[in-house]
Amino acid sequence: MTKSSKGQNKALDLDRVAANGLLSRRHLLSAALGGAGLTMARPVIGQEPGIKLEIPAWSKTPGPGTSPYGSSSAHAQLERQSGFGNPLYPGGGASRSPLQHLQGTITPNSLHFERHHAGIPAIDPAGHKLVIHGLVRQPLMFDYEDLLKYQMVSKIYFLECSGNSGALLYGGNPDGTAQSLHGLVSCAEWTGIPLSVLLEEAGVLPEARWIAAVGADAASMGRSIPLDKAMDDSLLALFQNGEPVRPEQGYPMRLFNPGWEGNTSVKWLTQIKVTRNPLQFRDETSKYTDTLPDRSSLQFTFPMDVKSLITSPSGQMRVTQGGIYRVTGVAWSGAGSIRRVEVSADGGQTWGDALIESQQLDKALVRFSIPWRWDGAPAVLQSRATDSAGNVQPTRDAVIAAKGTINRYHNPCIQSWGVNTAGEVTNVYL
Amino acid sequence: MFTYKRLLKASTLAAYGVAMLVSTAQEQVKLGQTISEASLAEFDLIAEPGGMGFPPGTGTARQGRTIFETRCALCHGSNGEGNSAATVLVGGNMQSTDSPLRTVGSYWPYASTVFDFIRRAMPANAPKSLTDEETYQVAAYVLYLNGLVAEDEIMNAQSLPQVRMPNAEGFIDQSHIQ
Ligand code: HEC
Repeated sequence: MTKSSKGQNKALDLDRVAANGLLSRRHLLSAALGGAGLTMARPVIGQEPGIKLEIPAWSKTPGPGTSPYGSSSAHAQLERQSGFGNPLYPGGGASRSPLQHLQGTITPNSLHFERHHAGIPAIDPAGHKLVIHGLVRQPLMFDYEDLLKYQMVSKIYFLECSGNSGALLYGGNPDGTAQSLHGLVSCAEWTGIPLSVLLEEAGVLPEARWIAAVGADAASMGRSIPLDKAMDDSLLALFQNGEPVRPEQGYPMRLFNPGWEGNTSVKWLTQIKVTRNPLQFRDETSKYTDTLPDRSSLQFTFPMDVKSLITSPSGQMRVTQGGIYRVTGVAWSGAGSIRRVEVSADGGQTWGDALIESQQLDKALVRFSIPWRWDGAPAVLQSRATDSAGNVQPTRDAVIAAKGTINRYHNPCIQSWGVNTAGEVTNVYL
Repeated sequence: MFTYKRLLKASTLAAYGVAMLVSTAQEQVKLGQTISEASLAEFDLIAEPGGMGFPPGTGTARQGRTIFETRCALCHGSNGEGNSAATVLVGGNMQSTDSPLRTVGSYWPYASTVFDFIRRAMPANAPKSLTDEETYQVAAYVLYLNGLVAEDEIMNAQSLPQVRMPNAEGFIDQSHIQ
């Protein structure tokens, strides 16, 4: 194992912010650590002598020209990861974003997580209708082409399935990756029409309290949403990161409820029925309800909790050499913006403030990082987020103490990544 | 040059934090086509807990057995025992010492959801292929397998939503937290 030069280590020790190697975040912005790469600082000493750089082959051959729809480099192929569905029912299931390989805050459309209950419908927008009816003055039907003529807004929002991180509530100790354990969260710029504009066009009657939103997939999946949310910041989203919403995200249009459990943002939206009471759909009774130790179950748990996660180094990665690492991850909250992210390298005994690298938008992912010097000793890396409402991300023990282990939904717990002396990173429970 | 008049629906846009000036012409974009509730009779599949939205028709569990065996048992087993965690339709007890098996019988708070869900989403390999009559029959059969109705009890728009579900009181509404 090669260590960084002694002089550099000593200087950095002065800037320790927490035990076990966490260093001041200002080093990430300073020239002193200019060489500290994504994975680790290259040792100053021990460089290969006699390197002679030559012009590479690709600089001597003209490449292919433009393409109608670009793709990623053959050397940087990222993939969603699908779970094992029911073989008799291939359309149901989920796929997860490769969080450990992404940077910044925006999830590319091809890598946005998916959850379908009856596969992706092949919708021709010319035949798709959005109907608003029920407790309205005038039931209305909208064509896709007409909806494109409305005033739109664009907002960056995270979307998280309330089943995300549910595996951590099981008794077992899943040897997973950031993707397999937490990949049911993504973040995109969503462009669309405030739902309130369309509801007001139909004229909501005073006795209305809820809306039922139904998709045009083969499951005609439905969810009940309080009218207050629908009139506040819900969107009829038509675009995702600038292009028409992807089929697996609801093309030609989806409901988007910022900050709320993903399933409420009904894809392929075709029906909005304004009602007095919730409709008690299967996916808000049988599923997406949280059963507590006393066997009562929480229903209509909408906002996603404040949460963060170290994406690098993370499960099944390996730190191969002592030195300085950029520990980085993402944080988000359904209750507002992220105010602070702290990182611990000693399993939560001491914490240091991470640098927030991105904008701190409401209900959107932020990217954080902090330098960490690994000296080859065991460590447990954790991150802990605080949101603008003052909510602090809880430990796994606190989540289990509050909600037990029957429940699989809404788990915002602090993720602990253990690093052993061989540098192997795994999910650990403390 | 446009003459921008005023903020469009200040209340709406405030929620988005977007300062957006809109011309008078755009302000009047209202392209919804009027439609009557009657014309949505086939389109609206919502069957409500209070009985609204249930179609005409009747069915008993005895009539539903054959449909279940031919159209549902492939994935749910002849007795609703399922072939995966997601396809168990029968059994469980919310007060069991172990983690409770949560099914239509042990967990679901409303019988209306059984009809509503089967009509919109099942059988999973051919959703919406059952007639309303068949849906009543097979919904009755699922309730019967769970011991919630008798084999010859007639299920229709009035009786089905009234079926007493054991875990009806088991849910705590959190919708005030937004
Ligand atoms: C091809 C397989 C398949 C067939 C055939 C099928 N189902 Fe299903 N069923 C499923 C799957 C898979 C689910 C879970 C769906 C999900 O999780 O979104 C399900 C869910 C259900 C549920 C809800 C279970 C719960 O606890 O949430 C009911 C009720 C149901 N089916 C009834 C029926 C009936 C009645 C039929 C026959 C008319 C039928 N199913 C035919 C695969 C099937």
